[in-house]
Order: sequence, then C-alpha cells, then structure tokens
Amino acid sequence: MTESKAVKDTAIDDQGIIKGIEQLSPEKIERVINQVLKSETGARLKTYVDTCVHCGLCSDGCHYFLAHDRDPKYSPAAKVKQTLWEIIRKKGKVTPEFIENAAVVAYTQCNLCKRCAMYCPFGLDIAYVMSVMRRICHKLGVVPLYIQDTAHSHSVTKNQMWIKDDEWVDTLMWQEEEAQDEVENLRIPLDKEGADVFYSVIGPEPKFRAQLIYQAAVIMNAAGENWTMPSMPGWDNSDMCMYTGDYEMMERLKKAHFEAAANLKVKKIVMGECGHAFRSVYDMGNRALGWKMPPLEVIHAIEYYNDLFVKEKIKIKKKFDRPVTLHDPCNIVRGRGLHEMSRNIVNATCKNFIEMTPNREHNYCCVAGGGVINCGPPFKNARVDSGKIKAEQLFAAKAKGAEVVIAPCHNCHGGLEDIIHHYGIDMELKFFGDIIYEILELPE
Amino acid sequence: MHSIYSFVTGPLAWLAFIVFIGGSAFRFYSLYSLARKKDALVFEYMNLKFALRSIGHWLTPFGTRNMNLNPAMTVVTFAFHICLFLVPLFVFAHVIMWKESFNISWFTLPGVLADLMTLVVIFSCGFFLYRRIMLPEVRYLTTAVDYLILFIVAAPFITGFWVYHQWAGFPTMTILHILSGEIMLVAIPFTKLFHMFLFPFTRGYMGSEFGSVRMAKDW
Repeated sequence: MTESKAVKDTAIDDQGIIKGIEQLSPEKIERVINQVLKSETGARLKTYVDTCVHCGLCSDGCHYFLAHDRDPKYSPAAKVKQTLWEIIRKKGKVTPEFIENAAVVAYTQCNLCKRCAMYCPFGLDIAYVMSVMRRICHKLGVVPLYIQDTAHSHSVTKNQMWIKDDEWVDTLMWQEEEAQDEVENLRIPLDKEGADVFYSVIGPEPKFRAQLIYQAAVIMNAAGENWTMPSMPGWDNSDMCMYTGDYEMMERLKKAHFEAAANLKVKKIVMGECGHAFRSVYDMGNRALGWKMPPLEVIHAIEYYNDLFVKEKIKIKKKFDRPVTLHDPCNIVRGRGLHEMSRNIVNATCKNFIEMTPNREHNYCCVAGGGVINCGPPFKNARVDSGKIKAEQLFAAKAKGAEVVIAPCHNCHGGLEDIIHHYGIDMELKFFGDIIYEILELPE
Repeated sequence: MHSIYSFVTGPLAWLAFIVFIGGSAFRFYSLYSLARKKDALVFEYMNLKFALRSIGHWLTPFGTRNMNLNPAMTVVTFAFHICLFLVPLFVFAHVIMWKESFNISWFTLPGVLADLMTLVVIFSCGFFLYRRIMLPEVRYLTTAVDYLILFIVAAPFITGFWVYHQWAGFPTMTILHILSGEIMLVAIPFTKLFHMFLFPFTRGYMGSEFGSVRMAKDW
C-alpha cells in the first residue's frame, strides 16, 4: 500500500457537525479544549499519549482497520493521532476543520469497544482517549445530529426515544393484555415495592420492539418471579449521553435509574439484552456518580437467564433445532465477562452450536456500538462498509452451517441486521429472549 | 584525546546518571501527584493480582493473541529487549569499569555471547526501522522523533561492537560509544523510552480493570 488516503474521504453530510463547526472560532476551540484537558483529564491521558511508541501493534485489534484493508488511518493509534496527539501537541490551537475530522473519527470510526486495549502491549486505553475527544466535541457543540437528538430526548424525558410518561405505561399494559391471550392472569407488575427483580429496558424496546417486553413477561411469569417494572421515568436504562460526551446528563440518567429501583426497595436490577446500557450502569455511569461498583446489584439478562437454567426455574419443551452461532457483544464480554454464561444458555437451549471465530473477548464488534449506529443515516454507508470483516466472520460461521445468529444486545442487532442485509448473508438474528420464549414450556 | 576520555567517563558520566535517575524520579513523581489529584480511580481499581496476571501474560513470549498474529515482531521484540538490558549490565568491559571505579563486580557474559547479543540489538533496530518504513500502519504513526529514538538506542551498540573489535579509529569510537550511551541514559526520562518504567503501570491498570471489573482476559 502506498501513502494513506487523505484523511477526509468524502464531505460529511451531518447537520449537527456542520452547524456546530460554523459556530466555532479558534479562540473558543482553544478555551474549551484546555478547560476539558485541565479540569477533566490528568495522568491517565498524559500517560496514554506519552507512552505510545507508535509501533502500530494495536492495528490488528481494530475491526475498522481490518475492514478497510489495513488502511493505516483506521488503526487505533491513528485515530489518536488525528485527535488528541495533535490537540495536546498544539495545546488546543487547532482549526475548526481539524475538529470536524476529529468529531467524525471519534463518533463514527470508533465503537469504543476496547478490543485494541487487548492488542496494545502497554494496555493503553484508546477508547478512553476517544471518549475524551467526544467530551471536547460535546462541549464545542459539534455532535452528529441523530445521536444528539437522542441525547436531547434523554434530557427532556429521561428516555432515549421521546416516549411520554403515559405512553410508557400504556405500552406495558398493552403488552400485558396481549400476553394474557397466551397466559391467563399474566401480569406486568408496576411499581411493586420489595420485588426481587426490577426489570429495566432501553427506550427502543417500547418504541420498536415491544414484543421483547411481552416475551420477558412470559419468561418471568413462567419462572414464578417476584418482579416489577417502574411506571415512572428511570425505567429506561439506556444512555446515549454517555456516548455524546454529555457526562452531566449521563449522571442524571443513571441516578434516575438507580433511584427508581431503590425507591421500590427491590433486591436487584435485571437489565434487558442491551450492551451499551450495561456499560452505562456498570462501568461509566456508576463511576461518574462516585460508585466504585453499582450501588445496587445489577445483572444483565444473560446472567438472569443463566440463573433460571442453573436453578431449573424454567423448563423447555424441546431445544431450538436450527444451528446457531453466537455474537459476543463488547460491552458485556470485554465489559463484564459474560461469554461463558452465554454459552451455558446456548447449550441449554440449542441443539447445534457453531462458534464464530474469533470469539469471546476477541470477537469483532458489530460496528454499531459506541453510539455509532445512533449517528444515523449520514454515516450508515460508512458503518456498513466498516462491517466487512464482521461479514466475513458471519459468512464463515454460515459456511459451517449456522443459520441463526444470537446477539444478546440491541445495538448489535441493529448493526448485524444492516451487515447481514448489505452483504447478503441471509442469516436470522435472535435475542436469547426470542429463543427462550420460543421453546419455553408454559407452566399449567 | 585522553582528556576528552577522562571527561566523558568522569563528570559527563556522573551527569548522565544523575539526569537519568533524577529525571526518571521527577517524571514518576509528577505523574503520581497528577494521578492522585485527577485520576483517583486508578488507585481505586489497581489490583496487584490482576495487574501481575496481565503483565505476566504480556511478558511471556507468544502469551497473547496479538503476539501470535505477529510472530516475527514477537521474536524480535523479546530478543531485543532482553539483549538491550543484559549486554550493558554484564558485558566484561563494563563490569571491569565498575570494578576499577567502585571495587564492585559481578557476573560477566562470555565475549562471544555478548558480541552476538549486541548484533541482536543492532539487527532488531534494523527490523524496527524496516517496519517503520515498510508497514503503512506504522509509517502513518511515525514521526522524526521516532527515528531519532531508534538511532539513540542503536548507536551505543553499533559503536560498542566497533570498539570491541578494535576496528580502525577505535579510540575515537570509544568516546562516541561512551557519549552515545550517556545520551541514551539522558533520553530515557524525557522521551518515549520512558515506557520501560511505565509499562508495568499501564499494563497493570488495564489488567486490573479487566480482571476485577470486566472479568475478562486482556491478552
């Protein structure tokens, strides 16, 4: 390969970034950057930037780099070069054009998946450096429009999808009613004090995938669970503010979520099959609020389902008989080590399991994570192109016979759906909840 | 010539060691106090067991997936770093100087072995240079300083090899050898060569995060 391509391949078409850039002056850029660097970063950022010896070994850790035929500008360290190296070297004296490219890199060319931290010999956390860049962009008002809209929704409604309070309760009651056709007397208990399980979901579930709430209710019911869902804001565990760099809002959201559970005096929070929400509750939001670990026990749906099978709380009619493969989402595998539990569930529910490679901690990201899919249509083509290596991985699993991809994360679903469609892979996507619901033996 | 020799082996050597030790201590202190002030979480999450677990994997040849993906780099990196440390500490001519100056001495490497190990370092520097120029992902990241650092590291070994074999002009080369060694020492605290001291901390912190929070491997 000869010299790398120009940093900017095509003009971006994102009004959030374009309008944001128009309002910048070099003075404002310098002031905001130094404010963030001085008050919000310290030895960690300094060490990460100073220690990097420019060896390029992080490159193989990045699915963008691999998907773009090893184009050097997509290597993790190259993304630091296009953002914080220059910013620190020039002490914040960078141009609006520089910020424009830095925003595109930080928001749409990095899924914050932390895979590269497992490839850098020094364990430098490039996802953290990209988060600092996003924080600067947020403070400069240069954020992709679509993800900023979800952040606005969070600010106004405390949920990601502009769902009004009555619509939320209405959706739960609607799903309850639907499910009662199948299971008589099934309830989705609202605001039940002292319940064992507080079930929280992400905003897109009631908005687009209400059947997941239905399925969860059927599973909880079959397990005889003492559970509840909150009727008030705090029900949405998702968090796009974490990804735009709006950490003040991230803290408010996480506080609302924890408090909704604490007010109901529940034993633990069980979260739906979502990765980024788990990152927000277990990794970033709780720490921003000053909790070393979450103040309440928080478990992901995978842990919950695994427990149901280990304790034999639910029974299945027969195993799911189409061959499946499993996608390990970044935020709950590199974020919480749930890969072996996922496999326990697959083995308990499916007849024929085909591993995709690489897997577990080394699995490739779906390219949707880190808020990249939430940056919306202006970046969709670039995102799907960056899924080439993921597509090859799926094709390989398909060649071994896999027909169904289990992806226990909403963002992964969105990303994989686009990849499967674009590359014509023709595989079906499912959540664990879909599979368990399908084969569940309903109690008498 | 003799007075230059006395100067580079005397006051300049002292200066080099003082700057090396003092500079390193200063960098450590300033990073530590900045971390105390701004990165309290590093101390909260640092976990000795998981830090050592991660460091152990990354100090074991082919102990990580990435090392297996880049076998040539793995072999060269390990050989390079081992020789880089052992040769200056245990080469006979250096130990003799410690003996003469401070009357302390220790184990020395056989001449042939030290010679071979020196060649390993020089060859490795050549390999790193080749990577920097030939691999697009490395070239993209490379700055002039990276070449300079590579040269600073290679120089004491090239000159040392020359001196050991007493090739033409070796008295001048001896002085260049000593000077280049001193330059390298002085460069350590103020350049990316400082990674030799930061490695356990950066790797250890990532290992701690992965071990105790993320409950996943980081290798």
